[in-house]
Amino acid sequence: MKVLVPVKRVVDYNVKVRVKSDQSGVDIANVKMSMNPFDEIAVEEAVRLKEAGKATEIIAVSCGVLQSQETLRTAMAIGADRSILVETDVELQPLAVAKLLKAIVDKEQPQLIILGKQAIDDDANQTGQMLAALLDWPQATYASKVEIDDSKADAPRVNVTREVDGGLEVVSLTLPAIVTTDLRLNEPRYVTLPNIMKAKKKTLDNIKPADLGVDVAPRLKTLKVSEPAGRAAGIIVPDVATLVDKLKNEAKVI
Amino acid sequence: MTALVIAEHDNATLKGSTLHTITAAAQCGGDVHVLIAGHNADAAAQAAAKAAGVTKVLVAEGAQFADGLAENVAAQALALSAGYSHILAPATAFGKNILPRVAAKLDVAQISEITKVVSADTFERPFYAGNAIATVQSSDATKVITVRTTAFDLPADGGSAAVESVSAVADSGKSSFVSREIATSARPELTAAKVVVSGGRGLGSEENFKILDPLADKLGAALGASRAAVDAGYVPNDWQVGQTGKIVAPDLYIAVGISGAIQHLAGMKDSKTIVAINKDAEAPIFSVADYGIVGDLFEVVPALVKELG
Repeated sequence: MKVLVPVKRVVDYNVKVRVKSDQSGVDIANVKMSMNPFDEIAVEEAVRLKEAGKATEIIAVSCGVLQSQETLRTAMAIGADRSILVETDVELQPLAVAKLLKAIVDKEQPQLIILGKQAIDDDANQTGQMLAALLDWPQATYASKVEIDDSKADAPRVNVTREVDGGLEVVSLTLPAIVTTDLRLNEPRYVTLPNIMKAKKKTLDNIKPADLGVDVAPRLKTLKVSEPAGRAAGIIVPDVATLVDKLKNEAKVI
Repeated sequence: MTALVIAEHDNATLKGSTLHTITAAAQCGGDVHVLIAGHNADAAAQAAAKAAGVTKVLVAEGAQFADGLAENVAAQALALSAGYSHILAPATAFGKNILPRVAAKLDVAQISEITKVVSADTFERPFYAGNAIATVQSSDATKVITVRTTAFDLPADGGSAAVESVSAVADSGKSSFVSREIATSARPELTAAKVVVSGGRGLGSEENFKILDPLADKLGAALGASRAAVDAGYVPNDWQVGQTGKIVAPDLYIAVGISGAIQHLAGMKDSKTIVAINKDAEAPIFSVADYGIVGDLFEVVPALVKELG
């Protein structure tokens, strides 16, 4: 079974971004970039499926600027077999990414696509679901456990435990299917130096959106980016008596 | 202009998240219709009909909708989508799962987790874990939107919308619901509670988390947790407050043994009053707290319970 894993290069999750003073955007010049944490979990899950004999080939894909090659090398160092970069400097929004991925899926014909549930930069939480709709495939989002059921060779399924607002639920999907990862699906392995060296020799194909016949022009226009409302500075109180007094008489919340 | 709200419900009741979404829908400028795709969901439909601003409730009945499978609910919304200027759903696990399928099939963008309706085509939404707010404008024919429920009030009561049946789309046949493990609790629901008591890694164990119970009892609070506490297995996943967990904005948020990572703050910094209890005076949580106590939570929490009387 071929598994496709889309990955995104984002601002590292430890970085606290700042809004530019002209409100034109967020200042990400010279900040550390990394693979989206949920996408790392997706690559790890694919590699575990391969190690368990359920997947035969893992293809990592990224859409975006040339430096996304680094993200793909990391995916291959974790264990992806080869990768594809759809290179563009255009601001890619989820609908465009879903369309690019669909074009790749049409070519590569994977049985399973594992994506991160959301990117920690735009926090959109859309791409996996949009791709599923474009393909008319079923989806299981926010996965905390993924089990391939190939007991019936002609009707393979994937059973997924999902983290939902009230707890957990389990859904069963026919293949091909889309799964998006949540935090507790797995803990990604550390990338070892030998694997980083091996990854340099793995194939990284570079194509353009035009090669796939996709119009990637953004639909949403960002008029401005502002800072969230700040909070007034708080105080340290010496004891619970003072705290309760403040909560009752100053904040009036109890 | 008319907006369609895809209702979140459990057939027996309408979820509060749907009501907050109705408020946002009404602010988009026209009539509001509500879609109840469910199984024996008459009670949920009647509840939706009472919300002010709603002029029509559409009910699609079928076992294929009983458990909110995205493939089916999205297909139902699509079947009805013609003529709607806006299609909205709450930014809950339910709404976020379903709505992008609708947007993709309509070949339009989705605007995720709006916190403000500026005009019929312009909305505010947080990104970068809430460290930035984007004002975005859509020129798509249909605006597809998920709504951050804490940013919109409940609508008034007293509406009396017409409830009508619509023909149900068939089961996709590609997904089936197997089981669920939903915790039941006498405590208020985390995203709707006026007071939240939240524990972090500082609690140290599943057993230790119980010291928060008397405090939550006294304050009629919901219980929440940081990602670290959930990952460590102290509490279930649905307690997680944060960028990728639940977003809460109660009147009072008490963070116990929580350091205050960016991702946690993203989930609670809109709370009206924040209290932090932590033994580390340098913990980032104190930068957002209105009132902070630097001390051992195992002493402070019982003392606080006693002081509350």
